[in-house]
Amino acid sequence: MSGAAATDPHRLGRSSGHRHAASEHAAGGLHAKRIITGYGFWIFLLSDIIMFSGFFAAYAVLSGNTADGPSGKDLFDLRNVAIETACLLFSSFTCGIGGIGAHTRRGLWFYGAMTVTFLFGAAFLALEIHEFADLVARGAGPTRSAFLSAFFTLVGCHGLHVTAGLLWLLTMMAQVFAKGYRADILRRILCFSLFWHALDIIWVALFTVVYLMGAGQ
Amino acid sequence: MLGKLSWDAIPYDQPIPMAASSVVALVIIGVLGWVTVKGYVPYLWKEWITSVDHKRIGVMYCFLALVMLLRGFSDAIMMRSQQALAFRSPGYLPPEHYDQIFSAHGTLMIFFVAMPFVIGLMNFAVPLQLGARDVAFPTLNSVGFWLTATGALLVNVSLVVGEFARTGWLPYPPLSELQYSPGVGVDYYLWALEISGVGTLISGVNLVTTVLKIHAPGMTYMRMPMFCWTTLAANLLIVAAFPILTATLAMLLLDRYLGFHFFTNEAGGNMMMFMNLIWAWGHPEVYILILPAFGVFSEVVSTFARKPLFGYRSMVMATMVICLLSFTVWLHHFFTMGAGADVNAIFGIMSMIIAVPTGVKVFNWLFTLYGGRIEFSTPLLWSLGFMVTFVVGGMTGVLLAVPPADFVLHNSLFLVAHFHNVIIGGVLFGAFAGYNYWFPKAFGFRLHEGLGKAAFWCWLVGFYVAFMPLYVLGLMGMTRRMQHYDVPAWHPWLLVAAFGAAIITVAIGLQVAQLVVSIRRREELRDLTGDPWNGRSLEWATPSPPPAFNYAVLPTIEGEEAYWDIKQRAFERLQLRDEPEYREIEMPKNSPTGFVCAFFASFMGFALIWHIWWLVGVAAFGAFATFVVFAWRDEDEYIIPADEVARIDRANRASRRAVLEQMRTAAR
Repeated sequence: MSGAAATDPHRLGRSSGHRHAASEHAAGGLHAKRIITGYGFWIFLLSDIIMFSGFFAAYAVLSGNTADGPSGKDLFDLRNVAIETACLLFSSFTCGIGGIGAHTRRGLWFYGAMTVTFLFGAAFLALEIHEFADLVARGAGPTRSAFLSAFFTLVGCHGLHVTAGLLWLLTMMAQVFAKGYRADILRRILCFSLFWHALDIIWVALFTVVYLMGAGQ
Repeated sequence: MLGKLSWDAIPYDQPIPMAASSVVALVIIGVLGWVTVKGYVPYLWKEWITSVDHKRIGVMYCFLALVMLLRGFSDAIMMRSQQALAFRSPGYLPPEHYDQIFSAHGTLMIFFVAMPFVIGLMNFAVPLQLGARDVAFPTLNSVGFWLTATGALLVNVSLVVGEFARTGWLPYPPLSELQYSPGVGVDYYLWALEISGVGTLISGVNLVTTVLKIHAPGMTYMRMPMFCWTTLAANLLIVAAFPILTATLAMLLLDRYLGFHFFTNEAGGNMMMFMNLIWAWGHPEVYILILPAFGVFSEVVSTFARKPLFGYRSMVMATMVICLLSFTVWLHHFFTMGAGADVNAIFGIMSMIIAVPTGVKVFNWLFTLYGGRIEFSTPLLWSLGFMVTFVVGGMTGVLLAVPPADFVLHNSLFLVAHFHNVIIGGVLFGAFAGYNYWFPKAFGFRLHEGLGKAAFWCWLVGFYVAFMPLYVLGLMGMTRRMQHYDVPAWHPWLLVAAFGAAIITVAIGLQVAQLVVSIRRREELRDLTGDPWNGRSLEWATPSPPPAFNYAVLPTIEGEEAYWDIKQRAFERLQLRDEPEYREIEMPKNSPTGFVCAFFASFMGFALIWHIWWLVGVAAFGAFATFVVFAWRDEDEYIIPADEVARIDRANRASRRAVLEQMRTAAR
C-alpha cells in the first residue's frame, strides 16, 4: 500500500498505476488511450440513446393517433418480430466472440464470428425491410397516420443504425485484413462492439414499447 | 439534374439582399485574393485549416463567432430601423423579407455566434487550465468545428440562393410545414442546424471526456478552476440536449420531405409536441450558453480582485444544480398551451427555483470582489456590467415565470427584451470578457485597453437604450415580430430603441478598431511573461502563445489555485523550481479530415435543400471515404524532440526569471 502511494501520490492509478504512461503522452499512454476512447464513445452512445428517447416520446404521444387507419394490433406480426429479436441478440453474442478473437489475435475467430455477426445483422435488416414493404403495400405506410409516421421513424431509425453498423463492421474487417491488429484498430473494434450492444438495448425497449404493448392493445 | 434549383432562385428583383450579398462576395473575393497573392495559403492550410491543436480550433471558433456577429448584427439594425420607420407606413422592408431577417437574426446569433464563441473559449482555455497537452479527441474536434462552419455557410448561402426561413428562429409548425412554407427557407434552416448540431455534439463529447479524464497529476475534480466546472456542466447539457434537437428537426424534415404526420394539422399530427420537444432542448440550450459565461466571470472576477474565488464549493454545487434543473422548466416557454393550472404552477415554481443557484453565484462574485484589490481592466468591466444587467434580466425572467403574468406578456416585446437582457448581458458580455482576458494568451499581445473600455461603455449604454424601451412596449401590448404598426404611443419608444442600436453600432466599430489598433501596436502590447494579468490558474504558467504541447513537463497540482501557489513559492524563494528533465513529446498530427468532411457535408446539405439527389449520394460517399482514408493512415502522431522542448521551455523560464530578478533587485 505505501509503495503504491509513493509511486502515485495523487491516486491517479484508477486505470493502471502506469503513472509514467499516463502523464507523459499527449492524451495519456497506450493503456489510458483505450480507456479514454471507450469513455468518450460511451458518452456518444448515451447521446444516441437520448436521440432515440426523442423518437420514443413522439411514438408514445402519437401511438393512439391512427386517423381511423390501422392500429398496432391490426398490423404487428409478433412471430416476425421474435425472429428479428433472435437474430439481433445472437449477433451480439457473436460480436462479443469476434472482439475476443481480435484481442487474442486469432484471425479465424475474429473473421468467422464477425462474418456471422454481419449475416445475422443483414438478416435482421432483411426482415425489417420486408415488414416495412408489406405494410406499405397494405396501405399502412408512414403517410397514412401520425401513429404510422412515428412507428416508421422509430423503428426505421434503429434500422438505419443497424445499416451503419454493418457498413462499419465491413470497414473494420477490411481494416484488420489490411493493417492487422493495431492498437488503434483494436480501439475501434471496442467502440464497434459497444455500438452493436447499444443497438440491442434500444431494440429491447423498442420491442417492448412498440410491438408487445402495441399488439396487446 | 439540379432538382428545384434554377436561376429564379437568385433574388435579382430585391435590391437589399443583392447589394448585401455582393458586398459579402466582394469581401470574400478580396480576402481570398489577398491571402493568395501574399502567399499565405500554405501557412493557413498547414497551421490552421488542418490543425488539430485545441488552441487553434478554439481561436477559429471565436473568429467564426465574431464574423457571424457582424452578420447577425446587421440584421438587428435592419429590424430596429424598419420598426422605427414603419409607423403607419410599410417601412423599407417588405414583409417576406422582414420575416427572413428576424428568423436569420435569431438563428445566427444563437447557433453561430453565441455557441461558437463559448465553445471556442472552452476549447482554448480548458485543456490549458487542466494542465493537459491536448483534448481527448483532437481530430474529431476539428471535424466538429468545420461542421459548425458548414452550418453557418448554409445559412449565409440562403441570402443569395433561394431564401431563408420566415418562421422565426424556432420553426413552429404548422407554419413551418410544407403546406404553409413551401419554399426552401425552412429547409435551409433545418439542414444547417442538423449539420452544425452534429458538430456541436462532437464538441460536447470531446470536452466532457477531456474534463473528466485528462488532467495533470494532482488536478482532482475539486481543484479544477471554475471555468472547467462550468465547461463540464455545459457540455453535459450539450450531450443530453442536442440529440433532442436533432430528433425533433428530423421529424419536421420527414414531415416536409416525405409527407409524414408528426406535426401536421391532419392525420393525427400533434403540433404542440413540437413545442415540447424543441423546448426540451431549448431551455437547456440557454444554460449551455450561460454556464461557460459564468465560468469566465468567475475567472475574471477572482483574477482582478486578486482574491481566490469566494465559495468555490458552493459555486460548483450551484453549477451542477443548474445543470440538472435546466431540464425541468421547458414548459414555461408555452404556458399558454393550456396544459392546466397544476402543470403551469409546477413549471412556474421550478422556473423560480432555478433562479436560486444563479443568485448564489451572483453573491459569490460580489463577495469575491468585497475587500479585494480591484483592478478595473476591460474584462472586469464586462463582468461588472454583466452582474448588474443580468440581475435585471433574471428578475424579469422570474416575473415571466409567473403563469398569469405570462399570459399577458407572452409573445410580446417584453419577452424579447427579457431574453436579450440575459443573452446580451450574460452570454455576450461573458464572451467579450473572455475574449479580452485570453486574447494575450492566444496571440502573445494584449488588446488595447482604452478602446476596449470605450467599446464596453458604448455596449452597456447602447444595450439599455435599445432594450429598456422594449420592456415598456411589451407592457403597452406590442407583440414581437411586427413589420408595421399604427399605434402612435409606440412610435417614440421604437425611435429610442433604434437610437440604442446606433450606439451599439458605435460599440462594435470600436471593437473592430480595438482589434486593428492592437495588431498594429502589438510590439508595445507584447505579453513577455505569459502572465499579463497576474493570473491564478494554470494557463498563465505557459508562455503566450503556448507551444503546441502546452506543457514541457506536466505540472504537479497541490491546491485549488494551481499557478498562484507555484508563483507564491517562487516569490518567497526568489527563484524558480529546478529545471526539469526534458523528454520528447508525442503530439497528434494535423489532418485535413475535418475540412474535407465539412466540404462534403456542405454539398450534401445544399443538395438536400434543393432536392439534387445524385449530389446527395456523391457527397455522402465522399464523407464516408474521408473517414476511411483517415482510419487507414499509419502515423497519427509526431514527435517533438527533447531539445526542442527544452529550448521552448527555457525561454519561458528565462522570462519569468527576469521578473524574479527585478523583484530581487527591488528587495535589496
